Amino acid sequence: MSVVVEIASWVLILLGCFFTLVGALGLVRMPDVYTRMHAASVTDTAGVGLLIFGMVLQAGIGLVSLKLFFFCCCCSHSRVRSLLTPWHRPACMKESRHS
Amino acid sequence: MFVAAAIAILVAIGLAIARAIKGPTVFDRVLAGNSVGTLAIMLLAVTGFLTGRPEFLDIGLTYGLLNVIGTLAVLKFFRHGDLAYDVEEEPRS
Repeated sequence: MSVVVEIASWVLILLGCFFTLVGALGLVRMPDVYTRMHAASVTDTAGVGLLIFGMVLQAGIGLVSLKLFFFCCCCSHSRVRSLLTPWHRPACMKESRHS
Repeated sequence: MFVAAAIAILVAIGLAIARAIKGPTVFDRVLAGNSVGTLAIMLLAVTGFLTGRPEFLDIGLTYGLLNVIGTLAVLKFFRHGDLAYDVEEEPRS
């Protein structure tokens, strides 16, 4: 495997780790359910996508890459969650009522 | 480098569990549980690459499909209070 492809795969994997950590940190520190859902979606899309793409570059073309492409679909179903949550009053609305 | 990825995913799982314990509403906990599931699937893929065995990808795919159905079932229960809720049989008020 050429050096360029290897370096690209390491960079993508590191970026994927970074976005995973950012999403998890946002999940802990955000003030409201809706903002936390957005942070978790960052983990699902950017983190998973970059990690998978980096691993695909590592593995080359073959059965492993095909399975990894299906991983994206299984992991990134966070939109499904957002459809079924009922209405909560968001945190910013409470502040505007008191002003 | 895969070791760094595995450590990052483990830290993210720890943070998601912290939100699951702390979250004031039930939807926070559902969200955190689903994030733990997604991160576990990613950890399976990284472990497959670490140990050099591609069978871990099959395990991850299977768990991913189960996770989708499980999350849908939990959300349906929280919304309607009943896993057997049918839209056409709504009680007439």
